[in-house]
Amino acid sequence: MEEKLTVALAGNPNSGKTTLFNSLTGSTAHVGNWAGVTVDKREGTYKKLEKPIHIIDLPGIYSLSPYTPEEVISRNYILDEKPGCVINVVDATNLERNLYLTTQLLEIDVPVIVALNMSDVVRKNGDKIDAKKLSESLGVPVVEISALKEENLDSLMAEAYKASKVERVGKTVIENKNLAHLINDIKIAFKGKNVENPLFHAIKLAELDEIETAMHPDLIDMVKEYKESHQDENFGDDFEALIADARYTYIAKHYAGALTRGTKSEEGVQNKEKLTKSDKIDKVLTHRIWALPIFIVIMFIIFHVTFSEDILFIGRLTALAQGVKFDDLELITDPGAIRFLSCAFTTPDAELEVMNGVPSIGVWLQSLFGFCTGSLIDSIALGFEGVGMADHWFTSLMCEGLFTGLDAVLSFIPQIMILFLFIAILEDSGYMARIAFILDRAFRRFGLSGKAFIPMLTGFGCSVPAIMATRTLEDTREKNRTIRLMTCFSCGAKAPIWALLAAVGVYAGFDGGVFVFSIYLLGISAAIIYALFMKLFSKDQYVSPFIMELPAYHLPQFRNVMAHLWEKLKHYVIKAGTIIAASTVVIWFLSHFNWNLSLGMVAIEESILADLGRVFSYFFYPIAPLEGGWAHVVGWNEGEGWKYSVSTITGLIAKEDVVATMAVLGLEEGTIGLSVEGVYSFALYNLFTIPCFAAIGAAHGEQKGKEFWITILWWFVMSYGAAFVCYWVMHFCRTLPGLGYPLLVTLIGGVVAAGIVVSNKHKKANTINA
Amino acid sequence: MLKKLDELQKGETGLIKRVEGEGKFRHRLLDMGVTPGAEVYLRKKAPLGDPIEVTIRGYELTLRKAEANLVFVEVSEGAAK
Repeated sequence: MEEKLTVALAGNPNSGKTTLFNSLTGSTAHVGNWAGVTVDKREGTYKKLEKPIHIIDLPGIYSLSPYTPEEVISRNYILDEKPGCVINVVDATNLERNLYLTTQLLEIDVPVIVALNMSDVVRKNGDKIDAKKLSESLGVPVVEISALKEENLDSLMAEAYKASKVERVGKTVIENKNLAHLINDIKIAFKGKNVENPLFHAIKLAELDEIETAMHPDLIDMVKEYKESHQDENFGDDFEALIADARYTYIAKHYAGALTRGTKSEEGVQNKEKLTKSDKIDKVLTHRIWALPIFIVIMFIIFHVTFSEDILFIGRLTALAQGVKFDDLELITDPGAIRFLSCAFTTPDAELEVMNGVPSIGVWLQSLFGFCTGSLIDSIALGFEGVGMADHWFTSLMCEGLFTGLDAVLSFIPQIMILFLFIAILEDSGYMARIAFILDRAFRRFGLSGKAFIPMLTGFGCSVPAIMATRTLEDTREKNRTIRLMTCFSCGAKAPIWALLAAVGVYAGFDGGVFVFSIYLLGISAAIIYALFMKLFSKDQYVSPFIMELPAYHLPQFRNVMAHLWEKLKHYVIKAGTIIAASTVVIWFLSHFNWNLSLGMVAIEESILADLGRVFSYFFYPIAPLEGGWAHVVGWNEGEGWKYSVSTITGLIAKEDVVATMAVLGLEEGTIGLSVEGVYSFALYNLFTIPCFAAIGAAHGEQKGKEFWITILWWFVMSYGAAFVCYWVMHFCRTLPGLGYPLLVTLIGGVVAAGIVVSNKHKKANTINA
Repeated sequence: MLKKLDELQKGETGLIKRVEGEGKFRHRLLDMGVTPGAEVYLRKKAPLGDPIEVTIRGYELTLRKAEANLVFVEVSEGAAK
């Protein structure tokens, strides 16, 4: 019996590799993670040959250097897993840089064939590539294909099958004499040690590549000695540059013979000012003045369509036209009320209900979806009732525990899908790279790159898709920072908390509107401070390089976008679903039973959860211990401290549950006796603290092991710290201005000073690198 | 005239002479085709002045000024406009 043939796809980002993968594998594709890292691993099966071929899509890379996780994954996969054949997908419209990776793949002892993708575009441009000539000079088969139009894919796979049957020994294109000599010496040493792929390893060792030097420390001295004694006339002992140059020199020499330019594109090359369609689009989208406004408008449209309850503000405007004051308007967001294509407002004084607005597609789908799952749960509950189990613990476990938890997972799906549809379009069209280009300058100060903007902005809608969107950030450190900052951006589900606390303002003596605004503002300020803080205390002042291709704009491919959406959906439902289902059941159990389990279910006041809240209230005591503070009375049987503590715990299921639990425990608009500082510290605690289980699940999907736990700890410590500082500073400002205001000034001064230190360090780091 | 890549004016073309720096930064530059002997054309600067976008080896590459500062280019007098 023969083993199933495995074919690996390798190629540059934007070479059309994913399109080829989707065309070859169709519905058999599935996505996982490469071990230990959150880089997508796509696998599937090609079925059109006699025997099915297993296809694995390696991450998009420019080189087999050891510097990015993607490069290391691809390198190790080809070297260790030994696929039957490597299909190197090459963008025929950008041969020169794409072939650079090819020259490295050729050095490995593995069958390689080159898929010359987008050859239809080359023809359309009036150019011609001599595939035969290219194949002769590279020494491997070259097949012209179009992954998009599915041209020649069968012959590509047939060729791959044929190639896999023949053993291939690595071959290098490096012709430089000095280098060839050194490489040969190391190769002989490796062969003596029975190292596999001696040529590939020899060349990487000649570059003094990190992975190789760690593996063969005994040979480093030999390489260094050789470099000293055989200096190149142009490059000296800089063999790293010499090797890169040797590859490009070879490519320039042989690819020039294979490419014949048509007269049309010949002019384009001669005249750099001549613009392609992509250049024309780019001229507008990255314009010196218009780039930022256009970007803001695009962002506004995306978020408006996904999250707005009143699209184009039609509802508010009509209400205004009917003479209702803007401040008096209140959107009805009753989750039970399903509103097809309309949204409603009430005014506090009258029963007047204005129903003129239209919710965005995201909100509409969400309410429709919520209505369906809600009714389903209700009918299941009725079913239980029908068989006489209305008060049975099992009914409660199912309907109030498990299903409610699943409902929480499912309710995010419509908005996640719509938002990711936009993100996929931004990515696939090439605009995402431009966003990074436009915003990099502003974000770099905080140790982040321009790409972090999208996840952060998404965070104002919902942390779940926001955390999932951090996958577009290549640098792990930047990704970790962005995830940890996410709670600073008040998500939609936290709005009911602000609404409730704003209403308390009447009694505590502050303006509700100003309060809510200040919470958002404090969140953003905190994000800036935390980012600076993380940068200040990071071990080194390393800034990830920003050396990136700006791909030509093209229309997003429907199938790629859909495949991307499907991946995200599956990923979310599985990852978040398991965590949420398990944790909601735990919380359900804690809130329905007391320590004496055999007695059956009890009211929440007597539950284990209430006791946990009582224990926690001692822990929260330092945050707000005085009269009017939310941890003011922490007695076992009396006081309200434990009620606040319990609601912060149930807030883990969903942030809406904070208000719901408070209501169950009797904390409502009229009964909350908090002072201003009490309100603010409770608000800030809930803003910054550990988000809901769905978001925790998403974070777990993006971060591995230790990093994930640091994130949880970070969220907790930051929320505790912020609530503590806020309470005491506000308290002293109100009661002891002589102490309070100097404290406030010192605090702000400290932050500014830290900012200056960071910015200086940044400058220093840059000069060192230079 | 020898210049650093970040000193190039919009629309100027230069020939890369030397790539400095070390480790990851440098290797990434080399991998992306920023090697001595390659022709580089400064297409544009980002709205906030940094990073820059260059055309090299037939494609568009963006890099920060701090990174471009490591690249020395020879600008022929006649080419600049």
